[in-house]
Amino acid sequence: MSMSSDMNTMGIGFVRTEQAPTLSPPASTVGIIGWARANLFSGPVNTLLTLVGILIIYIIVPPVWNFFIANAITVGKDRTECLVEIPGACYPYLVARFQQFIYGFYPEAERWRVNLTALLCFGSVAWLLIPATPRKSWMAAFFFVAFPVLAYILLSGAFGLPKVATSLWGGMLVTFVISIVGIVVSLPLGILLALGRRSKLPLVKLFSVIFIEFWRGVPLITVLFMAKTMLPLFVPEHLAPDQLLRALIGVALFSAAYMAEVVRGGLQAMPKGQYEGADALGLSYPQKLIFIILPQALQIVIPGIVNTFIGLFKDTSLVTIVGIFDFLASIQSSLTDPVWATPWTAFTGYGFAALFYFVFCFGMSRYSKFMEERLARSHKR
Amino acid sequence: MAVTEMGASSSVRKEARSSLLYDPKVRGFVFQLLLVVAIAYLVFTATTNAIENLKRLNLASGFGFFSNVSGFDITQKLIEYSASSTYGDAFIVGLLNTLLVAGLGIVLATLLGFVIGIARLSSNFVVRTLATWYVEIMRNIPLLLQLFFWYVAVLTPLPGPRQSLSFPGDIFVNARGLFMPAPIFGEGAWMMLAGLIIAPVAWFFIARWAKARQEATGEQFPVFLTGVALMIGLPFLGALLSGFPITFDRPVLKGFNFAGGMRVVPEFVALLLGLTLYTAAFIGEIVRAGILAIHRGQTEASNALGLRAAPTLNLVIIPQAMRVIVPPLTSQYLNIVKNSSLAAAIGYPDLVSVFTGTTLNQTGQAIEVIAVTMLVYLTISLSLSTFMNWYNGRIALTER
Repeated sequence: MSMSSDMNTMGIGFVRTEQAPTLSPPASTVGIIGWARANLFSGPVNTLLTLVGILIIYIIVPPVWNFFIANAITVGKDRTECLVEIPGACYPYLVARFQQFIYGFYPEAERWRVNLTALLCFGSVAWLLIPATPRKSWMAAFFFVAFPVLAYILLSGAFGLPKVATSLWGGMLVTFVISIVGIVVSLPLGILLALGRRSKLPLVKLFSVIFIEFWRGVPLITVLFMAKTMLPLFVPEHLAPDQLLRALIGVALFSAAYMAEVVRGGLQAMPKGQYEGADALGLSYPQKLIFIILPQALQIVIPGIVNTFIGLFKDTSLVTIVGIFDFLASIQSSLTDPVWATPWTAFTGYGFAALFYFVFCFGMSRYSKFMEERLARSHKR
Repeated sequence: MAVTEMGASSSVRKEARSSLLYDPKVRGFVFQLLLVVAIAYLVFTATTNAIENLKRLNLASGFGFFSNVSGFDITQKLIEYSASSTYGDAFIVGLLNTLLVAGLGIVLATLLGFVIGIARLSSNFVVRTLATWYVEIMRNIPLLLQLFFWYVAVLTPLPGPRQSLSFPGDIFVNARGLFMPAPIFGEGAWMMLAGLIIAPVAWFFIARWAKARQEATGEQFPVFLTGVALMIGLPFLGALLSGFPITFDRPVLKGFNFAGGMRVVPEFVALLLGLTLYTAAFIGEIVRAGILAIHRGQTEASNALGLRAAPTLNLVIIPQAMRVIVPPLTSQYLNIVKNSSLAAAIGYPDLVSVFTGTTLNQTGQAIEVIAVTMLVYLTISLSLSTFMNWYNGRIALTER
C-alpha cells in the first residue's frame, strides 16, 4: 500500500511537502469594509435602511451638537448676549438660575442643611446599593427609620434650627424629597399590601385587592388633585396638611400599590418549600416572613423595585401641575423670567432638565440590569 | 389501657382548645374584625369631618351642578358645546377628547412601537443602534417634560397665522394649530359612507371564507389585495353613483386668523406626539422581549421550510410572540389612557383639564368631581383590561 503511494508520488513532477502560506482573506470581507458589507450593505433593503438611518442621524446629531456645544453662549450677564441669530444654548441663564434649580427659595443661610441631608441620603443609598458593603440590614434600618426623622428635623427645622416652611422648598430638593419619601413609605406599605393580597383571610385579601386595583386604575394626576382638594375636607380644619404633605400622601399611596404588585411577584416566585420548611421548623407567621420569606423575596425583586423607583422619580414631575415647585416647575417658571427671555432659553432649560432626569433614570436602569445579571448568576445551578 | 389513651388525647385536645390565642380560626376572625373596625372608624371620621367642613365652607353637595350652566368655552369639542352649555356637557366634551387622544395614541404608539422593537433586533448596526438610543432616551425622560418640550419649545414659537408654514393641499401650520381642508358631505354622501362600512365587513367575511377554503383544498386566495381593492373601490363606487357629493371647505387667511377648514389645536398635536413617542419606546421593549422569547429554532425551521424573512416574521414569529407581548402591552395601553390626563399641564381640554380642573374650580365640589373622574378612569381601565384579557385568552396557546 505505502509502496504504491510512494510510486504514485514519484510519478508526479511536484508535490508540496509543506503547507502553503495562508493568504489573507479578500480585503472586501475583513476589517471595516468587510464588516460594513456584511452588516450594513448586505442587500438592497439593508442598504436602504442604512442610508435612511444615516440620514436620520445626520438630521438630528449635528444640530443638537451645534446647539449645545459649538454655538453655545457661555458668558453673559443677561439675555442680550444670548439673543443671537444662530441657535445656541444660553448657559449663563443656567448658571444664574442654578441655585434655584437646586434649592428653590430655601433661605440661603440654611442651605447647608439641605446639603447635609443630601449627603446622608446619597451616602446611605449608595451603601445599600453597592453589593460589597457590609451590614446592609443596619443601613436599611437607618435609611427607613432614622433617616426620615433626621431629614425632617434638618429640612423643616426643630431643636433650635430655624423653621423653613415647605412653601419655600423647591427645585431638585422637592423632587428628591417626594421620590425618597415615596420609596420609604411605599416599600413597607407595599410589602403589607402584597402579603394582604396573598392572605388566606378573605376580608384582608379583599381589602388589599380593592386598594391595589383602585390606585393602579386611576392616573396620578387625579390622585394629586384628590390629595390637594379632597384630603383637606376629610380631616379636621386645624389638622389640614400643607400642600407638599398632601402631594406626599398622594404619591406614597399611589406608589405603594405599584410596589405591592412588584413584591407580590417576589412572594410568588418563592418555592413552596420555603414556606413549608419554615412551618416545619415551628416558626410563627411573623418569624417565617422576617427570617425566611422576605429576605429572599425582596432580593429577587430588587430590579423591580428599582424600576418602580425610576417610574416614581419621573412621575414626581407631575406635582408641577398641582402647583408644587419641584425641579421641573423651577425650570418652567424660569422660562417666564423676562431677564432671560430668548428664543433659545426654553431649549436650554428643557435640555438641562432632560439631562438631569436622564442621568438619574439611565443610571438606575443600568444598576437594575446589573443586579438582574448578578442575581441570574447566583441562581444558576 | 385504651381508656387512658383516649383520656390523654381528649385532654390534649381540650388543652389546645382552651387557648383561644393560638387558634388560627379565632385569630383570623379577630384580625379581620380589627381591620373592619379600623376601616369603619376611618370612613366614619372622614365623613363627619367632610360634612362639618362642607358646612363651614358653605359648599353644596350632590350632583345637581351637572345641569348648571358652565359659562366657559372649550377649544376642541367633538359635540355641540358653548359657554351656555351645562357642566354635564363639559364633562362629555372632556371625556370624548380624552378618548380621542388616547385612542389615536394607542394606534400610533403600537405601530411605532412594533417598528422600534423589530429595529432593536435588526442585524443592521445603524438601525439597531438608532433604535436602542431612541428607547433609552425616550423612556428615561419624564413624559411631562417631553410634553412641555413639544408644546412650549417647539409648537408655541411657530410663526403666527400670517407667516404660516404652508404645505401642498391647503395645509397650514402656525402657532394656532394645524389648518386643513374640511370635507363637506353633500346629498347622497351616505352611499360613500355605506361603501366605507361595507368594505371592511366584506373583507372580514372574504378572509373567513378564504381561510376555510385554504384549509379544505389548499388553494390560496389574495385576501389582502382584494381587501384593499374593496376599501378603495366601494367608497369610490358610491361616490361615482351619487355624483361626487363631497366638496372641501378650504382654510383661508382672513385678517389675523384662518377661517373655514378644519383646525387641530397645537395642544392636541403636542399631547399626541408626546404620548406616542414616549409609549412607543416602552412598547418597543415589550415587542423585543416577546420576539426574543421565541426560540431560534422556530426561525430556523421556517427558513428550512423555505419561508423568506417577511413571512417568517409574519406567520411564525409574531403570532407566537403575541402571547408574550399582549399582557404587558395591555398595561401600556392603560398607561396611555392614564397619561393622557397630563393634558391638564399643557391645556388640552381633556377630562381632567375640563372637569377636575375648571369645573372643580368653579363649583368647588371636590368630592363629587374627583369621585366621578376616578370612576371614569377606573371604568376605562377595567373595560380595556377585560377586552385585552379576552383577546389574550383567544390567542393563548391551546394545549391539548
